[in-house]
Amino acid sequence: MPDSTAVGLHHEEQHHPELLHHFADPQQQRDASSLGMWVFLATEIMFFGGLFCAYLIYRRWYFGDFAAASKSIDMALGATNTAVLICSSLTVVLAVWAAQTARRTLLLASLAITMLLGLTFLGIKGVEYKQKFDEHHVPGASFSFDHEEIPGHPGQYANPAHAQIFFSLYFVMTGLHALHMIIGLGIFLWLFLAAWRGRFTPEYNTPIEIGGLYWHFVDIVWIYLFPLLYLIDRHA
Amino acid sequence: MSMEIAIPKPVERENYLNKEYGVWSWLLTTDHKRIALLYLISITFFFFIGGFFALLIRLELLTPAGDLVQADTYNKLFTQHGMVMIFFFLIPSIPAVLGNFLVPMMIGAKDLAFPRINLLSWYLYIIGGVMMLHCMLIGGVDTGWTFYAPFSTNFTNSNFIEAGLAIFVAGFSSILTGLNFVVTIHRMRAPGLTWSRLPLFIWAHYATSIIQLLGTPVIAVTIVLVAAERGLHLGIFDPKLGGDPLLFQHLFWFYSHPAVYIMILPAMGVVTEIIACFSRKRIFGYSFVAFSSIAIAVFGFLVWAHHMFVAGMSVYAALVFSFLSYAVALPSAIKVFNWTATLYKGSIHYDAPMLYAFGFLGLFTIGGLTGLFLAALGIDVHVTDTYFVVAHFHYIMVGGAVMGYLGGMHFWWPKISGRLYPEGWARLAALIVFIGFNLTFFPQFLLGYLGMPRRYYDYSHMPEFQVLNVLSTAGATVLGVGYLLPMVYFLWSMRYGKPASDNPWNAAGLEWKTASPPPTFNFDEEPIVTWEAYNYEELDAPHKQEVPVAR
Amino acid sequence: MLNNFPLWPQQASTLAGRVDALYIFLLIVCGMMTLLVFAFVVFFAARFRHRPGVRAEQIEGSTALEITWSAIPFVIFMVIFAWGAVVYFKERTPPADATEVYVVAKQWMWKLEHAEGQREINELHVPVGRDVKLIMTSQDVIHSFYIPAFRIKQDVLPGRYTVEWFRATKPGVYHLFCAEYCGTQHSGMVGDIVVQEPAQYEAWMNGGSTGPLSASGEKIFAELGCATCHRNDTQGRGPNLQGVFGKPVQLEDGRTVNADENYLRECILDPGAKRVKGFQPIMPTFQGLVSEEQVNALVAYIKSISPAKPGEGAKTSAKGAAPLAPQEFRPNGSQVQ
Repeated sequence: MPDSTAVGLHHEEQHHPELLHHFADPQQQRDASSLGMWVFLATEIMFFGGLFCAYLIYRRWYFGDFAAASKSIDMALGATNTAVLICSSLTVVLAVWAAQTARRTLLLASLAITMLLGLTFLGIKGVEYKQKFDEHHVPGASFSFDHEEIPGHPGQYANPAHAQIFFSLYFVMTGLHALHMIIGLGIFLWLFLAAWRGRFTPEYNTPIEIGGLYWHFVDIVWIYLFPLLYLIDRHA
Repeated sequence: MSMEIAIPKPVERENYLNKEYGVWSWLLTTDHKRIALLYLISITFFFFIGGFFALLIRLELLTPAGDLVQADTYNKLFTQHGMVMIFFFLIPSIPAVLGNFLVPMMIGAKDLAFPRINLLSWYLYIIGGVMMLHCMLIGGVDTGWTFYAPFSTNFTNSNFIEAGLAIFVAGFSSILTGLNFVVTIHRMRAPGLTWSRLPLFIWAHYATSIIQLLGTPVIAVTIVLVAAERGLHLGIFDPKLGGDPLLFQHLFWFYSHPAVYIMILPAMGVVTEIIACFSRKRIFGYSFVAFSSIAIAVFGFLVWAHHMFVAGMSVYAALVFSFLSYAVALPSAIKVFNWTATLYKGSIHYDAPMLYAFGFLGLFTIGGLTGLFLAALGIDVHVTDTYFVVAHFHYIMVGGAVMGYLGGMHFWWPKISGRLYPEGWARLAALIVFIGFNLTFFPQFLLGYLGMPRRYYDYSHMPEFQVLNVLSTAGATVLGVGYLLPMVYFLWSMRYGKPASDNPWNAAGLEWKTASPPPTFNFDEEPIVTWEAYNYEELDAPHKQEVPVAR
Repeated sequence: MLNNFPLWPQQASTLAGRVDALYIFLLIVCGMMTLLVFAFVVFFAARFRHRPGVRAEQIEGSTALEITWSAIPFVIFMVIFAWGAVVYFKERTPPADATEVYVVAKQWMWKLEHAEGQREINELHVPVGRDVKLIMTSQDVIHSFYIPAFRIKQDVLPGRYTVEWFRATKPGVYHLFCAEYCGTQHSGMVGDIVVQEPAQYEAWMNGGSTGPLSASGEKIFAELGCATCHRNDTQGRGPNLQGVFGKPVQLEDGRTVNADENYLRECILDPGAKRVKGFQPIMPTFQGLVSEEQVNALVAYIKSISPAKPGEGAKTSAKGAAPLAPQEFRPNGSQVQ
């Protein structure tokens, strides 16, 4: 607990430059920021939760159609992207550690590589979207999914209407995930510039920590999206 | 001589209002109290827009024939009335104005944990509000505030996407306010202010924030899906593709039912403070009132499908949701009983805030008990989607939330503005609001049981409903006067009102231990709390009128 | 104006009395609770009003009281809950031998077709004292079929059937409302329910019928060439439909479903979704090729050739639908329960 008699001058003498006026001490500020990010991530879980809920219901109803539609997505691209994101989580952890231990070069390098991996992810995602677009798998007027066999049921074709629901969910879920990636890239660019100016020290590195939390969250969402969208009924 | 008199005048003391002047000192402020006032001005603006729509709706229903406006116009009126009142008035009302102003002060903090995010949430609200206004000006939306699929996705010709995005953006404002409150309440309490010493206003806001945080994202993603279905022709709720319109309703009500508690819980918090102060008593059963707020927040998430008993849901699901709806009624009942018990052996004053609290108590009781009718499956089939529902939720949201909001505005007005409002006028307004409200909405219960469906602009097929509709419209005009009055005398008092002392009500709570209006960082000295909440015993002790702020 | 000022809705169905009884019970219970709270508030407010020199007495609370005023309301709530549920189950369970009327809702009218073939718009003739089951679907958005005098209401959804039922008790003309907001002329989507004495009703029935609905269904069945595969023996490329209605059906994927109205409807519009065991996926979809009314006729026809009720097809058995009420079904779902 802060020294309660401390007011005005006393505070300013030992004021850390990054300590905002309304916090009693850096510890309180750090706790508040970190709790804030965790609470925010809880709201993000609910945001994606609505989508997962819709997905699970339709997948249960239209399993065969979903499996057929899922098979048309390039699993190799999805797997590569999974690997890319897992690597980026590692570099984020490195960045946090580097900030805490005052390793400036490592910090800048980790942040840069994280962004690079993020961009790679979005690039691969773009290639995948392009494929879907060329195959007329984008829901809308020109959507077509005729004569696609349901895996494991030779001679039985997927219902294009139900496949369209799958692709709608696919685009919304991966699209919103990609949007989160783009926001994450913005945050990391800001972190990189701040780190470049030497703002982070072993005493003050909360932004790296909570930026990292956000990045990990976006990764974890992908860890769920990948099997649900790419790996349905692949054993068949 | 004259100098000596001038210096100690309260208005000369530096406070959050006179510290800086100029537009930018307001638009770029990070002071939670100034942001609260920004919210106050903006939500009042939207309240009167929504109120104007309501008045037009009531005027149209004065006669059975659809003669004042056209059918589409009427549909847009009730849609925009609902959207504006819910998303741009009720949800931000108490949390963003009174909560913003008071939460840091009540817990002895200098500001909310994230002052810049607080400002951002006001700007998000304004962006959403401007989008909503723009949407109304270019033609409006006719989906109903519930925008059920597939009407909203594939059928309406109005610009739902913009209205949806407006709600989406305002929703993020609501999320960020909730986030700020949760973190502030967890991390910024003054030394000695344990959870069990918190004012119940704080508990109510804590519970509200949890709902805002966990519910709002779901409506956000639902809006994204509807907008994508409408704009990009995705198919998620489209029955033609095998999509399920009921899934939309589940997602929608998963937020929109708890949203009712976002509106009513803060009002309960306000009323708790007022009843304690004007009974000069510690609140009866403090921990039961505190935990009933949390219980409402938790159970509130489990009852959404009671809006869907005739929607085509399984009978067994209906059974479960009916049961849970009775479970959520209990904590509300407990609150009412505890408020009533607080009056026992009190020393009750009848100032305007207390009159509003009495009004709240009465109207909320009626609103809550009619909820029991709607939760009863057999009756719900008959009265759902009729005026019975309209009356019920207006008793909760207008009779409850708005009464609480007005009570709170009167109670804390001396703290906010540093001036006293005219007490006589305020009591008169409270009376007018109470009478006008009952006259407007009580007849609607009768209309509902008679079977008048909601959202009908023309009832010439059933002219027997006219008498009750005329009563309701008459009540609405009275209610309108009741709502205009406080705005007039609050504005008047800002210039002509008597300067308020630091604690005009001799009330408990840290917010009364600082100046009126408070300085920018709320307290000249950081308070240390050594007393329990609602220590009216000490406050009213014969030889001790002031408890020291800090020691 | 004042001579036409009802305060209580008309009671014209067997359900109305049940709903009203519960409603009156609730009025009494809730009225008493309200009065109790108001009486205490008013009494305390007057008795303990501020008097100079008299201080409030601080009371911390009382767990015993809290438990009392939680437990007593809870018991009352449970009574209401149980009573409400009983009424609801009654409302939601159509009697097996009810007369059937097919309802198609669209913006902004009700199209009704009796099993006997009479068609009506925004008007429904029914006899007193007979159970009537409405099998409803929508062509566009969600509507809701609401008859206040009967105390029944059920949303009408696109893409599936929902049902409701009633037994009228009093001749007269009653309001029919659309209770789910459905667009511009929502308030114009109203009509009349004409309840007649059986004799009058028969007279009305005999005028202007085009033959039973199942007969038109049989015609459509022939026109669309359904009979080529769905033959009356075991040699057809599709299942024999004789007597299929109301029976459990083995599906190709191993599940068993009940062949109720929603299942028949789904098989016509999305044949691949729940294919019968032992048959090839060769049936084309009729989605977009047949109107809602034609689907209804086909369903009525298939029901009429159920051996439980041979012959006329006017009053077909719905016994099979009992274990799984139609409203529990998912739209065109291939993976139900």
